[in-house]
Amino acid sequence: MTSYIFRRLVLSIPVLFGILFATFALARLIPGDPCRAMLGEKATKVVCDEFNHRHGLDKPVLVQFGVYINEIAHGDFGSSFRYSKPITALLMERLPITFELSLVSLLISILVGIPLGVIAAVRHNSWIDVLTMLWANMGVSMPVFWLGLMLAYFFSLTLKDTPFQLPPSGRLSAGVIPLPFFEVWGWNLTPDSFLFSFADFISRMNILNAVLSQDWEVLKDAAQHIFLPAIALGTIPMAIIARMTRSSMLEVLGQDYIRTARAKGLNRVKVVLKHAFRNALLPIATVTGLSLGGLLGGAVLTETVFNLSGVGRMMYDGITARDYGIVQGFTVVIAIFFVVLNLLVDISYAYLDPRIRLD
Amino acid sequence: MTAESAPLKKLDAEALSLDSVSLWQITRRRLLRRKSSILGIIILAVLILIALTAEWAAPYSPTLSMLDTKGYPKEYAKKRAEPCIHLLGCPADQPQHIMGLDGNIRDEFSRLLYGARLSLIIGFATVSFAIVVGTVLGALGGYFGGWVDNVIMRAMDVLLAFPSLLLAIAIVTVLGPGLINALIAIGIVSIPAYARVVRASVLSVREMDYVSATRALGGNTYEILFKRILPNALTPLIVQGTLGIASAILDAAALSFLGLGAQPPTPEWGSMLGAERNQVFTAPHLVFYPGFMIMITVLAFNLLGDGLRDALDPRLAHVS
Repeated sequence: MTSYIFRRLVLSIPVLFGILFATFALARLIPGDPCRAMLGEKATKVVCDEFNHRHGLDKPVLVQFGVYINEIAHGDFGSSFRYSKPITALLMERLPITFELSLVSLLISILVGIPLGVIAAVRHNSWIDVLTMLWANMGVSMPVFWLGLMLAYFFSLTLKDTPFQLPPSGRLSAGVIPLPFFEVWGWNLTPDSFLFSFADFISRMNILNAVLSQDWEVLKDAAQHIFLPAIALGTIPMAIIARMTRSSMLEVLGQDYIRTARAKGLNRVKVVLKHAFRNALLPIATVTGLSLGGLLGGAVLTETVFNLSGVGRMMYDGITARDYGIVQGFTVVIAIFFVVLNLLVDISYAYLDPRIRLD
Repeated sequence: MTAESAPLKKLDAEALSLDSVSLWQITRRRLLRRKSSILGIIILAVLILIALTAEWAAPYSPTLSMLDTKGYPKEYAKKRAEPCIHLLGCPADQPQHIMGLDGNIRDEFSRLLYGARLSLIIGFATVSFAIVVGTVLGALGGYFGGWVDNVIMRAMDVLLAFPSLLLAIAIVTVLGPGLINALIAIGIVSIPAYARVVRASVLSVREMDYVSATRALGGNTYEILFKRILPNALTPLIVQGTLGIASAILDAAALSFLGLGAQPPTPEWGSMLGAERNQVFTAPHLVFYPGFMIMITVLAFNLLGDGLRDALDPRLAHVS
């Protein structure tokens, strides 16, 4: 096991290098002179030479690449000229929001997708199966941004003044200001310490923070705000999970050992949940892991539609403001994140299916 | 002698008639057995018809404002006017706009019809590009193996390491916004899927006897690769390609929605939706229809792709 994890880690190194090289190359390929892009068209040659020297742009490309890797190894992902802040600082502010949204979406998609798939497989070819599959097919075909806008319209306008009315944008209602949990707990943290950064990161996830500081008003408000974006973002993975659960369950339910279990008099629910579902889990785990990348991409669209100040929204703002630092920095971070996630998914196979020998 | 040859001849005839049922006939039969694939085919046929006849079917120009349209009563040329359908009680003297007018006083319905053309072209163009490049890379890697394979497949791993939409966004940011650049970006992002499919097929048939036979008969690399090996990769490529069109259309719409793809006044569904997204509460029809069209189109390709996969995969024969 340990040796497998080690080997996988070693194997991801070339991929990580590739990612860094790709993003580095993308940044170099941007048409136009970076000096004039930053300082304006009127910058003189002297000013530009000085600028290029300061940013190491007068060195050979390979040296620049080395410097770039060295910076990233030290946690420096460049900076955004629009916010004149390092990318790392921006990420620490924005990532919790995207993280929370993705987690809630994933949770919803698993909690709805798996039961739907199981029911559809058990009641194969019944109306519930047909409906689930029709819905799942529509789910994977839906543009996230369209679904988000339609949900916002339906829940905030059509259902206005009903108990089901939900806010169409933002993370909290105006006037609701959550206190960071560490302040509620009376912790005295020195700013810029590691513990402070960590606690600050956690406290930016409104729902988690509200639970930790036991502020139920904020929790309710935050949950109401995250519901629609989470549904919009979670629909595609939900549909994918439901489809995969159904086909995987159908295959397992046709096996001899299921018939044996039924024949020896075990009740149906037990057979489905214990004998069939556990064996059907592996492909479900695979697609769930694979859909995480889609979640990160979909976050750009969802956060834009719902005005959430997460990483995705910032990426969108970076695009419109031509802030390449943001686009490049975020792409690197998300790609690295994605590689790690895939690694975790691969490793989790071993636990789900002992037949897979990792070494 | 003669007594024996009669039944043999009959057997031969049977074998011949069995032969004449080609893979494509079996596939068609299996495909048409599924209601969902039929639905996909019907939607697709309608969309292709719309795309081909947009010029005649569209009541107005897709890019011309009603204010600039000759003979149009100016008092009705209002920004984001609601749909007016004569059959549903809209006054007969008011010009009919079954999907209303958009923010630039253009007929939404006409734009939607032209959009079908664009979306289909986007889907086919990007996937064709990705298939050609992916096939070449996958075939080279699978056939030659060694460092060629290693370099190609590691490059594909890097492409796959990015969430596809994000990578497409990053590429378009570099190339600059625009429909063609968006297509290139989506095309690049989808290459690995095809390269992998082709490589897997090549690896599985490379050592087959008939390939060795061709080599022994003096066949060159080109002949072996294109006449003996690649035809085996055709069926997974078709399935992957059909499903790939669906995701290409979806990604292209997303890029256009973000303002990175088709630029106004191009009647592209994603950009139509993106332009009016802040008006969703006042003019929901301008958001609903383009998005619905995207969904229907993507759905059609997904249904067809799923159907093709089941029809072409003999292992699934017992399921259907």
